[in-house]
Amino acid sequence: MLSRYIRLAVAIAAAASVATCASAEEPERKGIPAPPGHVFKTIISGYQFRSKETRALQDDDLENPGFLAVERAADAWKKVEGSEGKSCMSCHGEAETSMKGVGAAMPKWDDKLAKPVNLEQRINICRSEHMKAEPWKFKSRELTDMTTFVRYQSHGMPVAVKTDGPMSPWFERGKQTYYTRYGQLDLACASCHERNNGKFMRADFLSQGQTNGFPTYRLRDQRLVPLHERFEGCMFDVRAEPFKPLSDEFLALELYVAWRGIGLPVETPSVRN
Amino acid sequence: MRRSLMAAFALCLAAGSALAQEAVKEPIRLDVVDDSLPKSLTGAPGDAVAGKKVFLTRTLGNCLACHQVTSLKTEEFHGEFGPSLDGVAGRYTEAQLRLIVADPKRIFTDTVMPAFFKNDGLSRVRPEFVGKSILTAAQVEDVVAYLKTLN
Repeated sequence: MLSRYIRLAVAIAAAASVATCASAEEPERKGIPAPPGHVFKTIISGYQFRSKETRALQDDDLENPGFLAVERAADAWKKVEGSEGKSCMSCHGEAETSMKGVGAAMPKWDDKLAKPVNLEQRINICRSEHMKAEPWKFKSRELTDMTTFVRYQSHGMPVAVKTDGPMSPWFERGKQTYYTRYGQLDLACASCHERNNGKFMRADFLSQGQTNGFPTYRLRDQRLVPLHERFEGCMFDVRAEPFKPLSDEFLALELYVAWRGIGLPVETPSVRN
Repeated sequence: MRRSLMAAFALCLAAGSALAQEAVKEPIRLDVVDDSLPKSLTGAPGDAVAGKKVFLTRTLGNCLACHQVTSLKTEEFHGEFGPSLDGVAGRYTEAQLRLIVADPKRIFTDTVMPAFFKNDGLSRVRPEFVGKSILTAAQVEDVVAYLKTLN
């Protein structure tokens, strides 16, 4: 365990030193062809915008610090909690089979709630309704670990959200948010991630803002970051009042942005700057 | 007695809200003439040395986040969003540069560049920045003075 942290520190230092000369590199970014009517011609994972060292860190399951969360949540999966005396496993059995593909198709329509729910919400619905346990707080290590673990069961599977039927007004709402300029800096998601992706912005290459790697291990935060926290961070940085994590606004945005990355392989737990 | 107390209380409330209103700054109005701002925003010329500092400071101009300047190559991480500012003084007049810094969307309607001297018409601004522009009038003048040195 200790050697993993030491090697991580070395990898971070290497990634940082490479970032300084990254603009001199000729980046070759592989993507997948987008379906007809999509905003991009080629859909590119954030992985392609990162340095060789950061990518190597993600690719090695033993080195990738996100796997600590996967290991922790694999234990939590079996842990009985709540007044019903159940664990996740009591109903779902082995996650490796029952959760396969689940995380690739989120957010998903919930008939009972008559709205889309994402993975964090689905996990907490299970806890409060079926386990009769306390729901986990957003950003808690427990919830982010479990979200990572469940999404990891779809590793390599294509992002496949449904955007038609009852989802379509949510899709439109997310799209509107994506193109709205917010904050004192007056920037929309599209200002950076659609119009300027691939360009160097201070110490970083701007990506397409894809969600296929979330929750992602963020090197600067030294922990896994769930998607809505990143949405919050982006809005805060443009000096806007962010929407609340798990709000309808961010749910709609999550749906819309997932569609912008449709077909990309799930990379959770990914490693990013 | 009770009525007069109520009246006094109401008066206090009224005074309080009047004060609150005073705290909100008036929207900035720019005297735009032919895609430019001929008049100094402070009535005085800016200081290029101070302007360079505003230009580089990340919480102020943070101009290098998006632009490149060859004479600042000792500074790390020049951005690629916007054009190089080498020779910008030769491409635009001082009055044009002033408007480009203050409110670039008046000229380049589709630009992603923020307006550095605008305090209204923005969406969901964080409370601590409501009614405030990114730069003060004096800081805009200083940046314009610095840009004029980029021949």
